[in-house]
Amino acid sequence: MLLDALLLQLGYNATLVAVGAALLGTSAGITGTFLFLRKRALVSDAVSHATLPGVCIAFLLMAFAGGDGRNLAGLLAGSAVSAGIGLWCMNWLTRNTRLAEDAAIGAVLSVFFGFGIVLLTVIQTLGVGRQAGLEGFLLGSTAGMLYSDAVVIAAGGAMTLALVLLTRRPMTLVAFDPEYAAARGLPVDRIDMLMMGLVMAVTVVGLKIVGLILIVALLIIPAVTARFWTERSEYVVLLAGLFGGVAAYLGAALSASAPNLPTGPLIVLVSFTLFLLSLVLAPNRGVLAAVLRHLRLQRRVHLRQGLLALAQGQAIYESLTLRLLQRAGLVRADGVPTASGKARAAKALRDERRWEVVRRDMAHEAAAALYDGLRDIETVLTQDQIQEIDRQIGGPREVLS
Amino acid sequence: MSGEEFVPLSLTPMLIGIFAAVACALPGNFLLLRRQALIGDAISHVVLPGIVFAFLMTGVIATWPMMLGAAGAAIVAVVMIEAIRRLGRIEPGAAMGVVFTTMFAGGVLLLEQSDTSAVHLDVEHALYGNLESLIWLDATGWSSLLDPEALRYLPTELPRMALTLLGVCLFTALFWRALKISTFDEGFARTMGIRTNLLGLGLVITAAVAAVAAFDAVGSIIVIAMFICPPAAARMMTNRLEAQIAWSVLFAVLSAVLGYVLAGFGPLWLGGGDAVSAAGMIATVSGVILAITARFGPCRGRSGVPATV
Repeated sequence: MLLDALLLQLGYNATLVAVGAALLGTSAGITGTFLFLRKRALVSDAVSHATLPGVCIAFLLMAFAGGDGRNLAGLLAGSAVSAGIGLWCMNWLTRNTRLAEDAAIGAVLSVFFGFGIVLLTVIQTLGVGRQAGLEGFLLGSTAGMLYSDAVVIAAGGAMTLALVLLTRRPMTLVAFDPEYAAARGLPVDRIDMLMMGLVMAVTVVGLKIVGLILIVALLIIPAVTARFWTERSEYVVLLAGLFGGVAAYLGAALSASAPNLPTGPLIVLVSFTLFLLSLVLAPNRGVLAAVLRHLRLQRRVHLRQGLLALAQGQAIYESLTLRLLQRAGLVRADGVPTASGKARAAKALRDERRWEVVRRDMAHEAAAALYDGLRDIETVLTQDQIQEIDRQIGGPREVLS
Repeated sequence: MSGEEFVPLSLTPMLIGIFAAVACALPGNFLLLRRQALIGDAISHVVLPGIVFAFLMTGVIATWPMMLGAAGAAIVAVVMIEAIRRLGRIEPGAAMGVVFTTMFAGGVLLLEQSDTSAVHLDVEHALYGNLESLIWLDATGWSSLLDPEALRYLPTELPRMALTLLGVCLFTALFWRALKISTFDEGFARTMGIRTNLLGLGLVITAAVAAVAAFDAVGSIIVIAMFICPPAAARMMTNRLEAQIAWSVLFAVLSAVLGYVLAGFGPLWLGGGDAVSAAGMIATVSGVILAITARFGPCRGRSGVPATV
């Protein structure tokens, strides 16, 4: 059943939803990346909640004009207008008052959403036409998606993608360093507005599939996930698009494979699973990588300290150090150093002496800054320099035993 | 309106609305000043999985398991946000976005998967509550307030909300000095021996408790609005924390009363039939108050008090 869903064999509606969701996920992931890099991820939350009054007003207008209130294009146009107003209010609040951006986001979000709910109850009590389905915009509803709906979503997604491709360079610059961008003469305000406009477009297009409460997840989670895997912004954008598309496709397919599996939440949960996997497994920034790095460092420190202790003839009591030394064949089970252990210990102690000289000598200031108690001195100084230092220390002496 | 109508139908929902609004606005002041205003938003989203989980565990719609579930979910969310922020080195806003959307999605999925059709538990209810239904049918007029027989049938939300408000007030009063210092100058607070981490956590937990209790009575939309709008509006009025808190309480009460009245009677005045959502209306009124203060408030600018004040 799941395989059928993944291969688009579950009928017309499921196929429409899966393809539409994948397109939406891709454009949301790509757009969200810029928002995330600009550190304004939660702005999308305000934008998405601000769409609700627009949807309701558009519905009322269309119903009073005698048409079908549920025309998707009309509803989406209404939602875009009110999201735009919400965005403008938020910008106005942060620019002209002392409120910080987070407070402005929260204020716009709650007030617009509250007003939307008032309008929803108005629609319910007025009893105009078939209002059923408007609640679907809260959490998305893909059942009974029409071909025309899918076309609207696909066209919107494609347009967003095209816009991002055209403007990716200035947007990246603004996301990383707005001051520098302004100094270069870029219209930072307008690029910010464009970024927000794209977010708005994605939100509006996504209303039908994932609903206004969860669309935020599609914008934020893929970008955060992609950030784990690479340090280059263009790859983050590509990966975020990929993760977003894959999560949306998988989620839509999963939801079609069994009853009572709502599409929006499943897409979010699949996204989150990808995020968790990346959090743990990603090279460099992942948790697993960090743990391994830590363990490696721990082993190096213990080994080094153990060798120094051997060289100075001190007994080692710490069990991890003993185990590490034994495993490396440097001490015997009773703690007595082997021949190679003695040699390595002498070398370690000598290196320590060499470092001491290096750190005292102002001529070696740059090299001394690299001293961390672990670094091999050969990686920092040339053979000639080491020989020079050795002349100051004097030749090797017999190791104490 | 006479007491016979007002007391049973409007007094209790109005009081519950006022208590909920003030209980959220008080911690909201500090959250706003600490740039943590969106914590309220995050908490109110994660309450849904908490109550669904509690319902699935106990199988009944009872208040205490649900409140515990919601509070548990709020704490899980705070811990997860912190963990993701530190482990993944992600900015707090994004970490918050990841956590609360995921938990909300999980809640919706659980709800759809479990058989809750027989009970009154749905997403819409969680979002905008049902303030209008908290009526006190046993009251006959003002005299009922002194009648122990009628008082026994008060909606249980009222005493619970009053208790929550009392708790929030106590927390604010007890830790007033510490809260004030650590909000404005965390480094200085630490040098004075105030344990700012614990205090910050305590503030978030207080906010969560207020949010959960209010959510049960009035839905999450009021919770978010009351955490942010009254304190933000109060911020435009003054530069002193004491005055700001007083203003925010005033604005919260005003939003609750005006919102409730407008929702109940506004449509009638406009010639419409039924009432509209009180929760939504309260949020809307708080937004209007914020808009007015943002335009005309004496301290709305960044520079502080204008010369004329």
